[in-house]
Amino acid sequence: MISLLHEILNTIRRNKMRTFLTGFAVAWGIFMLIVLLGSGNGLKNGFTSNFGDRLMNVVQVSSWRTNIPYAGFQSGRRVYLDDRDVKLTSDEFDRYINFVIGNVNLGSKNISNGAEYLSSSMSGVSPNRIIVDGSKIEQGNGRFINDLDIREKRKVIVISQRAKEILFKNETAIGKNVNVSGIIYTVVGVYYMENRQDVTTSYIPISTAQIIYNRGINLSNFAFTLNENIYDKETSAEFMNNYRKRIAQVHQVAPEDENAIWYWNRFENYLEMANISKYINIAVWIIGIFTLLSGIVGVSNIMLITVRERTREFGIRKSIGASPWSILKLVIVESIFITTIFGYIGLVCGVGITEFAAQFFTPSAGRDSFNAFLNPTVDINVAVQATLLLIIAGTVAGFFPALKAVKIKTIEALNNK
Amino acid sequence: MPTIIKLKNINKTYYNGAPLHVLKGIDLEINKGEFVSIMGASGSGKSTLLNILGILDNYDTGEYHLDNVLIKNLSETRSAYFRNKLIGFIFQSFNLISFKNAMENVALPLYYQKTGRKTRNRIALEYLDKLGLKEWAHHMPSELSGGQKQRVAIARALISKPQIILADEPTGALDSKTSAEVLDVLKKVNETGMTMIIVTHESGVANQTNKIIRLKDGIIESIEDNSEHNFSSFGAQNIK
Repeated sequence: MISLLHEILNTIRRNKMRTFLTGFAVAWGIFMLIVLLGSGNGLKNGFTSNFGDRLMNVVQVSSWRTNIPYAGFQSGRRVYLDDRDVKLTSDEFDRYINFVIGNVNLGSKNISNGAEYLSSSMSGVSPNRIIVDGSKIEQGNGRFINDLDIREKRKVIVISQRAKEILFKNETAIGKNVNVSGIIYTVVGVYYMENRQDVTTSYIPISTAQIIYNRGINLSNFAFTLNENIYDKETSAEFMNNYRKRIAQVHQVAPEDENAIWYWNRFENYLEMANISKYINIAVWIIGIFTLLSGIVGVSNIMLITVRERTREFGIRKSIGASPWSILKLVIVESIFITTIFGYIGLVCGVGITEFAAQFFTPSAGRDSFNAFLNPTVDINVAVQATLLLIIAGTVAGFFPALKAVKIKTIEALNNK
Repeated sequence: MPTIIKLKNINKTYYNGAPLHVLKGIDLEINKGEFVSIMGASGSGKSTLLNILGILDNYDTGEYHLDNVLIKNLSETRSAYFRNKLIGFIFQSFNLISFKNAMENVALPLYYQKTGRKTRNRIALEYLDKLGLKEWAHHMPSELSGGQKQRVAIARALISKPQIILADEPTGALDSKTSAEVLDVLKKVNETGMTMIIVTHESGVANQTNKIIRLKDGIIESIEDNSEHNFSSFGAQNIK
């Protein structure tokens, strides 16, 4: 085997142009494939990043004034959602729902700690809000609002990482008090949101918010998460239809009155986006496979020409005692050798350039900012598999012409000019 | 001297379009250490005969014994093995591998005997030295003259210590002065006891050999003793 490798290295060294051409076809094929798949992934990642870590199966319900006269009421009546809607939703629709969370928007508040202050929006929320938003609290940064806070109507507050930096600098915030427009709250947690570093919204228990800010049982809006019984457009639409009718009936508004009660079904949005991302994926793979194919055709062509060019050499080798198998081995091992090395080079270059590009496409800041292109990298397994495929293709491409060359009678091969 | 080559009623027909009966029953015995030339016009079948002797081509009927081994219906691998062990080739067009230097070309038969690289290169250098080409060992074939190339080819034919050397128009591509030098080398190799068979159409070349076999239309026309080296193209000393 070592002897065979020496023989092949010798051949490669003395036939640099041929080696380079074969190698270039391989390296280029792999490189293009990786860059292409990487770009496709960038596009796809850009899309999906716009969902962030938020739950995808959420329906939000909010209210305003009626637009359509209904049940004896004139249009323009203000509709208020309250705790009873939350109870109704979780009681009557529990077959389709995981949990319901109410929300009390308190608007913008001044939050201060001594001389440091910031203006941030504040909401009264339930414990599950953190799941719906996809916010996170790191170990050592306290906790989110919990059930006990709700029950005892505690004056506790959870602030964002950004707010903590403004109010407390490098000090710890947990257990410290903040002043929110004259009311003192104790900080129990600091949260952060992936890809949204500048969020400053603060959260207090929903029960506390309703009492202190005089909201009674009213809610600004509420949201619930759908369970596995809602899994596609049809089930979602059917459920929404029934739900809309029920809520409309309770509030005595026309079911089709979108201005009175407004539903935002993130799940349907998500289904659409998932579709787009599926098509991007398919398109990328089709182009990728054709790129790979053109690489394979390139390698095959060169191997074909190479083997034809070497027919006489094979004749000489056979005349001095080379068996057909030894010649086949020579061609195949050389082919594997070249495709492996250059495939690896293409792989490294491709992964290198996608990783390099990834640095320039960082997530943009801002709560509702849109990323069109993000993290254009390729799963290394896919890259390695593509390289292996090209190596196999190169081998097969070399194998059949070599087999043909080997089958030519020695004397004819010798006379081949 | 023992017989090394024994041909019994060898027939060969080519089927390229119209069947062409090239060898029509060749009977021939060549002893170890003989220096023989095969002569004949083009189309006489001399190249076909050489190819059969060299196990480069197969024959249809008859029997061919080389060194007491029946050479018939061998697989490609078996043929390659016997070519490597028993036969050294010298071709008109040298047939050196263009991207290997002189030493590597000479060493190649030993590669197929699984000899280590260092050993075979050392032996190759010895043979090149014998043929006066030591300084040219690391030159590529394209940097060598015709005579030098043919001497490299001779070294390659000798390195595996074969039983016979088959030379197909070994001087065909050389000028007269170089031809004489190469023939001289072949003669010296024969004097070491190596059986040597040369196919040629040049009477000057044939005259250097000790026995001349004349082929015509696929049959042996005559076998002449030429130990006196006074061969005439008219075939004066017909011993058959």
